Formats: sequence, structure tokens, C-alpha cells
Amino acid sequence: MTMLKFTKDHEWIRVEGDTGTVGITDYAQQQLGDVVFVELPEVGRKLETGKEAAVVESVKAASEVYAPVAGEVVAVNDAVAGDPSLINSAAEGDGWFMRIRLANPSELDGLMDRAAYDAYVEGLA
Amino acid sequence: MNNQGRPTSIPSASGEVAPTISGNRALQIEEALIFEQDSPGSTGVDLPEPATDELRLGGLRPRGQIGLPGLAEPTVVRHYTRLSQKNYAIDLGLYPLGSCTMKHNPRLNERMARLPGFADIHPLQPQSTVQGALALIDELAGWLKTLTGMPAVAMSPAAGAQGELCGLMAIHAALDDRGEGHRRRVLVPESAHGTNPATAALVGFTIDPIPATADGRVDLAALEAKLGPDVAGIMLTNPNTCGLFERDIRRIAELIHGAGGYFYCDGANFNAIVGRVRPADLGIDAMHINLHKTFSTPHGGGGPGSGPVVLSDALAAFVPFPHVAHGPDGFRLIEGPQDPGATGKEFGRLKGFHGQMGMFVRALAYILSHGADGLWQVASDAVLNANYVMARLQDVMTPSFDGPCMHEALFDDRFLKGTGVTTLDFAKALIDEGFHPMTMYFPLVVHGALLIEPTETESKRGLDQFIDVLRGLAARARAGEAEAFQAAPRLTPRRRLDETLAARRPVLRWQPEAPQAEAAE
Amino acid sequence: MRYLPLTPEDRREMLGAIGVGSVDELFRDVPEAARLKGPIEGLPAHKGELEVERILSRMAARNVTAGSAPSFLGAGAYRHHVPAAVDHLVQRGEFLTSYTPYQPEITQGTLQALFEFQTQVALITGMDVANASMYDGATACGEAVLMAQRVTRRSRAVLSGGLHPHYAEVAATLGRHLDLETRIMPPAPQGGEDLMAEVDERTSCVVVQNPDVFGNVRDYTELGAACRAKGVLLIVAVTEVVSLGLLPPPGEMGADIVVAEGQSIGNALNFGGPYVGLFATRERFVRQMPGRLAGQTVDADGRRGFVLTLSTREQHIRREKATSNICTNSGLCALAFSIHMTLLGEVGFRNLARINHANAVKLAGKLAAVPGVQVLNDGFFNEFTLRLNRPAAAVVDALAAKGVLAGVPVSRLAPGRKEVEDLLLVAVTETNTEDDMDALAAGLQEVLR
Repeated sequence: MTMLKFTKDHEWIRVEGDTGTVGITDYAQQQLGDVVFVELPEVGRKLETGKEAAVVESVKAASEVYAPVAGEVVAVNDAVAGDPSLINSAAEGDGWFMRIRLANPSELDGLMDRAAYDAYVEGLA
Repeated sequence: MNNQGRPTSIPSASGEVAPTISGNRALQIEEALIFEQDSPGSTGVDLPEPATDELRLGGLRPRGQIGLPGLAEPTVVRHYTRLSQKNYAIDLGLYPLGSCTMKHNPRLNERMARLPGFADIHPLQPQSTVQGALALIDELAGWLKTLTGMPAVAMSPAAGAQGELCGLMAIHAALDDRGEGHRRRVLVPESAHGTNPATAALVGFTIDPIPATADGRVDLAALEAKLGPDVAGIMLTNPNTCGLFERDIRRIAELIHGAGGYFYCDGANFNAIVGRVRPADLGIDAMHINLHKTFSTPHGGGGPGSGPVVLSDALAAFVPFPHVAHGPDGFRLIEGPQDPGATGKEFGRLKGFHGQMGMFVRALAYILSHGADGLWQVASDAVLNANYVMARLQDVMTPSFDGPCMHEALFDDRFLKGTGVTTLDFAKALIDEGFHPMTMYFPLVVHGALLIEPTETESKRGLDQFIDVLRGLAARARAGEAEAFQAAPRLTPRRRLDETLAARRPVLRWQPEAPQAEAAE
Repeated sequence: MRYLPLTPEDRREMLGAIGVGSVDELFRDVPEAARLKGPIEGLPAHKGELEVERILSRMAARNVTAGSAPSFLGAGAYRHHVPAAVDHLVQRGEFLTSYTPYQPEITQGTLQALFEFQTQVALITGMDVANASMYDGATACGEAVLMAQRVTRRSRAVLSGGLHPHYAEVAATLGRHLDLETRIMPPAPQGGEDLMAEVDERTSCVVVQNPDVFGNVRDYTELGAACRAKGVLLIVAVTEVVSLGLLPPPGEMGADIVVAEGQSIGNALNFGGPYVGLFATRERFVRQMPGRLAGQTVDADGRRGFVLTLSTREQHIRREKATSNICTNSGLCALAFSIHMTLLGEVGFRNLARINHANAVKLAGKLAAVPGVQVLNDGFFNEFTLRLNRPAAAVVDALAAKGVLAGVPVSRLAPGRKEVEDLLLVAVTETNTEDDMDALAAGLQEVLR
């Protein structure tokens, strides 16, 4: 049973069991432009909700990636560190940033589902 | 008698440009890196034999091969001359970069800076042997104080950003001195230069952004709401980065002072008001002056700059070492707390030695050349030129704000809406027309900003040519020629460069045998 | 007014086009009380070239130039011969009057020159990469200390007593509001510092200088290894960059960051500025490096070209999270450095270093023979420390009165320290003749008698 949720800062989290995979949305990558660098957290780091977890940079912009929910980093996507263009080509797929073990799964209830996020992005235009 | 004629009429061949064999295009000559022109053993400098072969290196062995290339002088002179021809410059034409004040650089200033009496003196010579140099620093300091109405100036900051650092450190020190070290919040308008928040962070302050109003000024109500007992001060650019004078500036000063904070002004745009408005009359406590902008020391492809900071009475004692004092025996440098004349409140040292002397000489030559009447005219003409550009373009481009501007005219990209042409494309098309683009995408408070600062050293004829080109380009954009814009520039030594590649696979130096990209991974 | 092209007629026409009657109306947003009614009173009016030249030449004439007297000052600024071509080329308007290369299509000249400069700096320091320059050596050193704090996430810097005091003071000033503790060791003219004894688990970096401020040349290989073992960065400062033509480079000794004052190559003494700071590091730290960087890429037609790159580190994008607030580099001074270095080349740079050292060896020999003078250094490059039989500052003043600029008294850099009062730093370069050296020896002999 997987669940996909979104934040107002344009992160997504796909949850399977007690682990969630985190990335930035397709909308976010379009706003940034060609991504040239990502800085990923160390495995084992404890992330707090809404606090900086990673950094993503394009040529003329830089942005923090915040932890959608609290948890411990259990894996990072080395492929995206080596080839940041994955974020442009597959932001919501192969361009994921990290996997975290959720500290408090009930936090997910506060995030948007796909329909709510799409409506939110629509409102930003 | 020479009876061998040659064709002198122009043949009717097509003007199409075919690729040349060399890759050169007449005066545009391709130039390899110096490392690719290595002729081992060659040198461009003849030196005598060492006086002795004896080494006293304390047991260290002399260095092996370094890997520097060898080139004779003619090759070197040609190399840099060819490189220079790939650069745009004020000497070539209008350089309307907003916020950068690219004005004419008088050559008298260069000659003066190279007088051996200024260029060939060591910073640590006995002070009795450098009285002329100290007098020059004092004289320039006097002008800066008078022009700003401020009682003190710190001369040593190396550039504008370091001037900001100096000013904020002065504020920090003054707060500590008052026993109010808990004040750590600095208000910074959203339209600020990036150096403002970066500097505030470096001084340990937190940054609290203030929004702008619809007419491009600080939102006074928002500012007032953000005041509190933890506020250290405000950093405000005036005229601001939209090219507008902050009408409420005296009220802002009152508010910030009333709340116990200090008023730092980013003086990057001082050129608009030099000689016509004194920052002291606006309630400012500290302001850096970019000598390379207002006082025309050359930008040199990105420095060196110089950023003296004028200070109000409240901050006058909080300066970095060294500073110049005047005593019975002439001028003295106060280099540390032990020197007589130290205020006892200095906050340390910002750079090696005493400041950018070479820039001081140039700036003073510029100031003396203008005098009080000339500087009045500088601000007047700088503002007149910008408003003229604004007036003649407002029907075809979209000014971001109403009313007169100061020394720079801000447009946004609404006039490009639906044309498929972006601010970037528009700017790049200007390059093919022989002009340097304006500042793009700054300030951040308007969309697709185009910020034009002509400066006072442009003639009306030059401005008219520039304006006609912009009008023509705006018409072409509306006529649906987006593709031509996207392909621009076409006539430059290089066309648009792949910045994504440069950032994804950084190549920051030449390598003897460039490793294959695959091998590097 | 020779720099202002608008004529009164132009101004009238332009005001008409704008639709205002006077320039004053354009200043209407300025509060009435702050609007001056005319040029500031009491200040002189504009002047012609001849008059300005006269005034400034008079000021210049009040200084004793290093070239007019036997001069032996160093301590971070050195008088070298700069070839005529250097100044000619940097004064080309296309270099002199160009801005930061933000439009790479029309600034390939500056960008390629910076790329070459970065390569030269990396080569001479023995490091992987270098930036496009900093304000000067002292600020480069301060920025290096802040960078070490970012890299290691530790906040205690240990600064050797052999580091130029200006460099140490700048680092302390820059770090004072960033929770950075700077431990500055006392001056150690003859070495013997145990820097590792100062290193603890909070230590981010150890900063040393080579040759140190007293002129001693050092091998920091062991220190580098010891630092590495503790996760501490080794920062090596070089204030006399010509020494890199003879001494093994800091990169070979295990330095993580090398900072240097580049003034010696291509730039005049200028009473202390503008100079050019060199900054080099290891590839793995490049994203933590402050300052501008030029990088290689290709254009739309696939031809090699250069751009400013990795600018997300910088203030105009990162704002309060930038690696530094720095905005300019020291462009024209870096260009002068690069042109001079290109003229020298491998052969010239090494020879220049050999000549400097040889002159120093020779001068040290002459001065050691003067009664009341002791040469403290075991090894040196082109500068060494003398212990005199009395306070050095007074000796320097006495010699200045005799027309000899004898050197820098250590007390000028480290005031109030009794133990260094008798020490004099003496530097010698290729510009000093044998007559200069004899004049110094004779002068010292006379004054110390």
C-alpha cells in the first residue's frame, strides 16, 4: 500500500510501510531550470519536519529541500548526485533525493494529496 | 613607372559569410590558451645570473618542474592584445549596466596613480617618508565627509561589499558598547543587492525582509510593524535598486532611530545624488561609497574596487585599523590600540595594510577635476540621461514605476508578453547591435527586470542611437521575430555559452592532457 | 567640463522630451529639507588636467620612493621589476574599462585570462583549483579560515605566530561574529611552536605561513599529515609569491587551502593596495570556496569558450547563505599578475626566484659581519630577521634620515612586545644592487656603533 503526498515547498514523499522516498516535484524542477548540483544528507541523519534536508542548484538559482516529515535518512540517491539532470528528466521518479524512516507517520495527514497539490500549483500561476 | 594595375571596384559577390580556413574572422582572431602555446625554454624576461649558487633553504630541497609555459614577449603581447579584442568596454561604447555606474574612466587618473611618489612607496616605510601619501588619504577623506555631510570616514575597505561589512561591524560594535548586544535583527528590503543579506549574515545578524509598495519604495507600515527591541538596524539602498529615491527616507531614519537601531545605507547609487544631496541630511548613520562607481576608478574586468564608509557621530569611533590622524608632526597612521589617537573602540582590521591607495589617487584626481560645481552637474546629468531614456522608451517598453527615476530607468518584461522573447533574448539581441546589455533580472521585485543606467558621461547623440536600437528591437519582438532573438548574438566572438555544462562538469583550469570525461568518473 | 558631453542645448531638448522644466523637478522625490540649492559651498571648483596634475604631483613629491633609495622593506609587500609590457597591456581600454564578465559573449578576453590565471595559481601553489582572486593576501587568509569552518563544521582556528599579524588580525575580525575562536600564537622568530598541542576536537584549521613572517622557510609536511589525521585543514599562507619559484609548493606539503599575496608579480607597491589575493584548494572543496570562478564550456556552435560558473555559491544568488559577501575580485591586478607570470614562464619564474634568494644569501653574509647584528634565520628565501643590539624602530628612522630604507621593524607589526623590539625584517629582491647592499651594511655599522 503506497501513499503519495506533497508539501507547499514542492517536495513529494512516497510512503511504503514505514519508509518514505522524497524528491522535488516536476513543477519545482521547471521553476529551477537545468539542475546542476544537489547536496544530499548523510545516511543516518535525523531530519526534523520542515527543516533543510538537501540543497538543489541550477545555474542561476539555489533552493533548499525541506523534510516533508521527520525521520532518519536510510538511503540517498547517489545516481542523482552524479547526474543531476535526472531531476529535470524524472523529478518524480528516478530523480528522488533520499529515503527516510518516518518518525511519526501521522504527520502525513497534514500534507496534500495529488489533487490538492495540483490545485495549489494552479493557484500560483 | 608602375604599369601593373589592380581591381579597385567592389566585385558583385554575395555577402554571405563562409567559414574561414583559420576560424578567424578578420579582426576577430581565435587565440589559444598560453599553455597551448608553450615553447619550452622560451621566456619573455631576460634576467641576470644569480649572484651566487649557494642555497640557504634550511634543508628544504629546491622545487622541481612547475609546468608553466614559456613564451617570448611578442607572443605574449599578441596574446593579450587579441584577448582584449574579445571584450566590450566603456571605451568602446555605452555600458548601461544598472547599479554598476559604468562611466568614462579618465586617463589622467591612471597617470596620477602611476606617479612613483604614489606607486613606488612601501606601506611600512617610516611614516615621515610617506607624508604626501597620508595627506592624500586625508584630503580624499575630507571630500567624502563634506560631500556626505558626515563627520567620519573609514578609508580601508577594499570594495563595496567590504564597506558594508565595515559599516555593519561598526553598528555591531556600537550596540555592544551600549550594552545592547542582544539586538541582532537587521531589516533588509526585498529589492536589496545580494551583498546586503550576505554581509549581515557574516556579522552574525539575522535578516528580516521588508516588502516594497506598489510604487517601488519601502512599505513604511510593514517596516514599522517589524520594529522592536531586538532590531539592530536597517540596510537600505538609496536611491534604491529600482532607481527611485526613497521619499520617506527621513521618516524611516526617525523610525529606526526611535526603535534604537542604526541606519546603514548602501551607497552603490550615490552617483545619482553626489554633490546635490548629503546623506547626513537624510538621517543615515553609515554608508559605503564605491569609488569605482561614483568616482570613476576603473572596473578593470571586475575589480579592484574601493569602499570607504562614512559614519555619523554615533558611529564615528567604531572604525577599523588603520586610520589617519593629524598631529603636530604631520600625519600619522593609527595602526593599533597602543598608538596615540586610537579611539579605543576600533573593531579590528579588514585587510592588509592601509586601503586601496591606487584607487584613492584616481578618485581624488576625478574629484579635483570636477570640483563642487562639476559634481553637482554629474548628478544632474546622470539623472537627466536616465529620465530621457525612460521618456523616450515608455511607449514601447514597460516602465515598472511611474514618476521620475533617478540615475537609472527600470523596465520589466510586460512589453515582451506573448512575443516569445524573454528579457535574456532581448538583451542578447542588443549585443549584436553593438551595445552592452543593461542589468537583467535584477532587482528581483519586478518580473524580467531590465535596469538601464546610462551615466552622465554619455552624449545625447549616443543615447539617441541606443534608444533607436531599443525601439527597433521592441518593434521586432512584437512583429513575431522571436527566433532571431533566440539565436542572438550571432556576430560575437562566441555565441551563447552553455552555462549548464560549465556547472555540471566544472573545468576550472587547463590540464596538461585533458582527461576524458568518462575517465574522470 | 571635459568629462560631461551634454551641451546646454542638449539639456534643454532632453528636458522638453521628458516634459519637465528643470532638472530640479526630477529630484522632487528628495525631501525638500535635504535638497541642496546649489553646489556645496567652500569646496573648490573644477580644474583642468594641468592643475590637477600639479596638485597631485606635489603630494607625490613629499614621499620618499623605494626606487630613489636603497630599499629593503618586505613583510608582505615586495618591490620587484615589472616588465613594461605588463602595464601597457593592462591599460588597454578593453581590459581597464570592462566590467565583471556577466555577458560572456562579449567578455571572452577577461574570462580566458581568468581561466589562465586560475591555472597558473593552481600550478605554482601545487593545488587542484584556484579562484579568480580575492582583495589581497590577508583577506584571502581570512576567507580561508571561514571556509575551513564551513568544511569541517568546527569553529576554532589555530594561527601560527609565524603568520603575518595583519593576516591573523583580519581572520580574527572576520570570524568574531561567527562563533569562530581564533587562537593566535605569540611571535616565534626562531620557530619551536608546537601547533598540534593547540589542536583539539573543535579545531577547524591550522594556519601557517611559508616563508613565515620572519623569513624562515619551513617544511610543513609533518604538520599536514598530523592535521589530516585529526580532520583539521592545513592552510598555508604565502606573502612572497616569488618564493614559489624555488621552494617546494604548499600543495606538496599537504595543504588543503593555499592563500597568497600576489602583489610581487605584476603589481607595484602602491602603498599597500590594490593588491591581489590568490586562493587555491583541493577539488573536493571547490563548492565551499569563496569568490568568482571562470570555467570552460562550449558555445551554441560548439566552440570552446569560458563563463563565470558555480555562482550559486555567491551572494547574488545565495544572499544570506552565500559562502562570502564578496562581489568583486581584484580583476585588473590578477590580469597584471597573469601577464607578468606569462612573460616569466617556467624559466623566468625559476630564475627570478634564484636571483632573489642569491641576493638574500649575499646580503645576509654582508650584514652578519656588522658588529651588533645577528642573522636569526637558518633558512630563508629573500627576507630574514636581524637581531640588533638596540630597538629596531629607532635604527630604521636613523637610517631613513640617511637615505636608506632599511627594512621593517617587527615592532611595527607586533607593537608592545618587548621580545621583538630588537628585530628587523630585511628583504632583498632582484631590484637591489650590490651598492644598495653595501649602503645598508655601512649604514647599520654607523648607526649601531
